[in-house]
This record gives sequence, structure tokens and C-alpha cells, in this order.
Amino acid sequence: MTRWTPDPTFYPSPSDAAGAPAEQLAYVAAFDRSAQQPDAIAVVDTDPGSDSYGQVVGWTDLPHTGDELHHFGWNACSSALCPTAPHPHVSRRYLIVPGLRSSRIYVIDVLDDPRSPRIVKEIPASSLAAAGYSRPHTIHCGPDGIYVSALGNGTDGDGPGGIAVLDHTTFDVRGKWEVDRGDQFLAYDFWWHLTRDVLVTSEWGTPDMIENGIVPELLLGRKYGHRLHFWDLAKRTLAQTVDLGDQYQMTLELRPAHDPSREYGFVGVVVSVEDLSASVWVWHRSEGEFAVTKVIDIPAEPAPASSLPPALQPFGAVPPLVTDIDLSVDDKFLYVSCWGTGELKQYDVSDPFHPVEVGSVRLGGIVGRVAHPSDPSSPLSGGPQMVEVSRDGKRVYVTNSLYGSWDDQFYPDGVGAWLAKLDVGSSGGMTLDERFFPHGDEFRGRRVHQTRLQGGDASSDSYCFPS
Amino acid sequence: MSWGQIAALAGLGAFHGLNPAMGWLFAVARGMQERSRTVLLRSLPPIALGHLASVAIVAAVVSATSSIVAANIVGIVGGSVLVAFGLWRLLSERHFRWAGMRLSNTQLIGWSFLMSSAHGAGLMLLPVLATTPMPASEHSGHLASLGPMAALEGVFASGIHTVAMFTAMAICAVLVYEYVGLNILRRAWFNVDKLWAGVMVGAGALTIALTV
Repeated sequence: MTRWTPDPTFYPSPSDAAGAPAEQLAYVAAFDRSAQQPDAIAVVDTDPGSDSYGQVVGWTDLPHTGDELHHFGWNACSSALCPTAPHPHVSRRYLIVPGLRSSRIYVIDVLDDPRSPRIVKEIPASSLAAAGYSRPHTIHCGPDGIYVSALGNGTDGDGPGGIAVLDHTTFDVRGKWEVDRGDQFLAYDFWWHLTRDVLVTSEWGTPDMIENGIVPELLLGRKYGHRLHFWDLAKRTLAQTVDLGDQYQMTLELRPAHDPSREYGFVGVVVSVEDLSASVWVWHRSEGEFAVTKVIDIPAEPAPASSLPPALQPFGAVPPLVTDIDLSVDDKFLYVSCWGTGELKQYDVSDPFHPVEVGSVRLGGIVGRVAHPSDPSSPLSGGPQMVEVSRDGKRVYVTNSLYGSWDDQFYPDGVGAWLAKLDVGSSGGMTLDERFFPHGDEFRGRRVHQTRLQGGDASSDSYCFPS
Repeated sequence: MSWGQIAALAGLGAFHGLNPAMGWLFAVARGMQERSRTVLLRSLPPIALGHLASVAIVAAVVSATSSIVAANIVGIVGGSVLVAFGLWRLLSERHFRWAGMRLSNTQLIGWSFLMSSAHGAGLMLLPVLATTPMPASEHSGHLASLGPMAALEGVFASGIHTVAMFTAMAICAVLVYEYVGLNILRRAWFNVDKLWAGVMVGAGALTIALTV
């Protein structure tokens, strides 16, 4: 169904998008770790003027069990305005929702009734396998199709992982994206500098390396991913690989600057095996080639073995575990989740090479178990994990589950389920919103992984025009 | 070629030039990326050239054919093609696919050629071309030499069309880049493609009607 005028949620530039109206609803991926109940998309009211503010107001169960919903994205976004293949009269109406464990991908309509998402298509694992992939992860709406990263190959639990492309209109899997992948084998996240024809990918592990939990021998053997790959977006070939050093295990979330005149971005590293610290690096172009520079170091926090889960007792410390980062649409603030220590940090990255910490909020944590102010007597499990920032940069949402089997290792007495919201001060600083804290039974026994905001958010849209 | 036909060719050219998808928006993007109006202005000729090539091929074929076969056959066949293509454009939700924005001038010509061809820009001139009396009809007996001459006439028509296209495109690009800003797209980017497809169906029907 095409529109007569562009979808009002598409913006030519990041500064235009920063003026977008506040989101009324949030969509949350909820999954049942035991795979007894179906996973679901939960709809949460984010309108402060509403009676049901901060409550789950919609719920759509999936038709299968055991999908393990994780990341998801939109069928179309601001990249529809990109001038080489413009298609601004499509609607941002479908959530593209992969099952990380089942390799199924659901297409879910949220326009007809935004509080009651409706499944309109199911792409079977076999379709993705035909493109050579399984375990779909990140979704980005590209100029010529929907790009899906995948952790594994199409036949067994091994690699290489890579990217498949879905058709914008039919959602059929068009095929493998890469023409020449060089020695790239591990996959995880991807994003791009659209106007420079650069696509960036990061590394986690193959399905065999992650699905039954983090494998200590692989971690200490420095076998998880520690590289970034830079690709020619037009030719679909690997152009350059940068190694951060094999002590930096798991280069996960990629957050390029939104403004296309800037050619840098941030990547979070989960853990250094040398001292359990976590770090954030910036990639940038230096004399034609890409280089990475470490700009944030977050040390581990010493803790008595008695308060640590078995996996961490030999170390006597809690690793911060930076599992997600998110960059505000104006490229000013970088949010860094420390899922292990239970902290959300906020940095002013106006100068990307010299971040300044301007905010910190503690919630949950392996040792801290810091409670939410709305319920100060209940210690929280899990920590700030997936971060989502509203387009205007004023609100930040965090969910607390990392990945089913890994939750169980780091929070063995149960990770729980919660979604918290923070308000951002005009020059930085964050305050937890006491009125907004859906948690526990509100999510019907599921864990919550990622949030998407109605109309788009800071990690959903790509722009082709500078601010 | 009458003044009316020249005006029609120019009008269609302006219509094509106004469509952001045909190139002025890309020129603006290239200018903004490099923060240079010169880059914007230098992008316009290759885009116009690609458009010209796309249109001229169709125009030359139509004009050459109509100098050799009976005009009403060209009108009916061409008109039917136009109606069919227009209907397909109207009903299909597929859009032109392209990845990559850092193009050399040659690649930019190629991009514009493909973009114009995918939209059937040349086909839209059919009603004008098919109803233009060709020089061939006045001289009999030299059939073999008539085709190329008529083809030249088609190229001439494409040239008029492209000058108008270039002018409209340049005005849009400079206005948006210098004064208006891109946010206007959010309100003013009317779905030209649907209108375009509708015009094609109408033009095809008109061609058939005029030639039968």
C-alpha cells in the first residue's frame, strides 16, 4: 500500500529527526527461556498523559515456541529518502522480528492497530538457510532492501555468519549479501555509512560458541570475536579488517555517527580477558584507511567470591560487561550499558576521541542488586542491557535480559524481567522515571530483550543528508 | 514539429525534472555531503545526460519506425505498450533498487540512465512523437534513408525535452540547497510516481485514440 505523501516518520537528516514528536508506544521483544510458552511482542504505553502510562497495554503471542526473540527492526525508515533509490511513499508499518534461536523471521503489522500487533508473514528458517545463513540478529532498513545479519551458516552450528537481504515489498529472502567476504567468519552486528558506501560488521561467535552459554575455555583462549570489518557497500566486498587485539573479546554493538558528514562510530567490547575490564572504541578514517582507538575503559569491580556466580568466583571481581551502547540522534551522548555491574553510563561524545562521563545510574547488577526507586525494597536482578534512546534524545529505555543461556550463568537465581525509563537533562545527567517500570508478572513470565519506539528511535534509522 | 509539440516535449521535460527521484535530490545530497554548491552544480549535467540517453533511445526508435510503417500502427502498438507499462507502474509496489552513493561522473550518467529507463521516461514522449508528421511522408521512394533521418528528429525531440528537464532540475536543486531546506520533502514530496503512471496510461490511451 503506497502513500500520497512521505511517511511522516521519515526525516532527511538527523537534526530533522531530533524534532520528531515523542513516542506514544514502545514495542518490547519478550521471550520464554523455557520455550514452553510462545515468545511475544509486548506493547508498552509511553505517553505520560495516559492513565496506562508505563503499563503493558498490548500483547501479541507468536504462533511457535522457542524462537528466542532478540533484536528487531522496521521494514522502512528514513533511508527511504536516500536519493539514489528513493521510495518515501512506503509506510513504516511492519516490525521485522527474528527468532535468534529458531531462525524464523516474523513480519508484524503495527499500523492497523498499534496496540495489537498482527503477524502478517512468517519467513521459515529454510528460506534464510537457502541464502546460507541462520540465527538472524540485527535488522536495518537499507536503501535497496532490508538487511539482516546472521550468526551462523545455513547448515550447522558453525560459521560463517553474514548478511542476507530481504525484499522491501514481499519480504522474501533475496539471498546472501556478500560477494567476497575475505577471511571474515564471525558475525554479529552491522551498520553503515550510507553516503560513503561503507558497511561495518562486528564479531561475536558462531552458534556453537554461544547457544549453550559462554564457554570459559573459548573466552580465555581468546576465541570470541575481536575484529571489525569494513565493506564496500556497493560492491559487497570486504575492504579492510581491523583487529582490536585478541584480549578484547566480543566486539558487539556498532553505532556509527548518524550525521552522514561524519565518518566515525563507536563499538563496545564486552570484556578484556587481561583484567575483566570493558571498553568502547571509536573507528575513524585515517589517511584513507580505517583505524580504531580505545576511548573508554571501564574497570572490573572487586567483589567477594561469596556474592559471585560460580563462573566469576575464581576472579573475585565483577566485570562491567558492556553489552550494548547507543548513540543519541544528534551524535552528542553515548549510552553504555554495564550489564554485569548494573550501571548505565552516559558520555558526552561531542569530541568522539575524548568522551566525558556526564551521567551514571545504577540498577540491578550481579553484586549490587540495586532496586528501582518505585519499589526500593525489591532487589533487582539483571542490569541495564539493551538501550534505546528517543529521537529527541530526552528519554532512554533499558531492558534487562542479555541472552537466555548467558542470563542463567551471570544471574543464576533468575534474571527477572524489567523495562526502565530515564529522563535526560539538557546538558546530560539521567534520572529514573518512578512512574515507568513495567516488570515481573506484567511480562507474563517472559524475559525482555529489546525495545523499539513507535515511529523510530536512535538505533533504527539511517540518514542520507547531513544536518 | 509544431510549437504545440515543442511545448508538450518541454512540459514533459519539466515534469521529469521536478521529480526528486530523477536526480535533483541526488545532486543536492552530493552537494550537502561535500558542503559545496559546486559539487551540486557539477552533478547536474551527468544526470541530464543519462536522462537524455534514456529518452533518446526510445524517441529515435519510435520516430524511425513511424517513418517506415503506417503511423496508426506505431500509435496503436506504442500506445498499448504505454498503457501496459503505466498500469504496471501503477499497480506494482516495487521501487528502483540501487546501493552506493559515491559515484563518478560516468557512474552518475549510468545511474540516471537506469533510473529514467526504469520509470519509462522516454515512453512518455510517445504521444508527441507518434503524432509528429515525419519528413519521410513527404518524399517517397527513398525509404532506406528515411529511418535515420526520422531517428534524428527523435533525438532532436529528446534534446528539447532534456533542456526543459535540466532547467527544472537545476531550479529545484538550487532552491532546496540554498533557501528552502530538505524538510520541505516531508510535506511536498507528492507521490509523483503514481501520478506519473497515471499520466502514462492516459497518454497511451490518447495516442491510440489520436491514431485510430
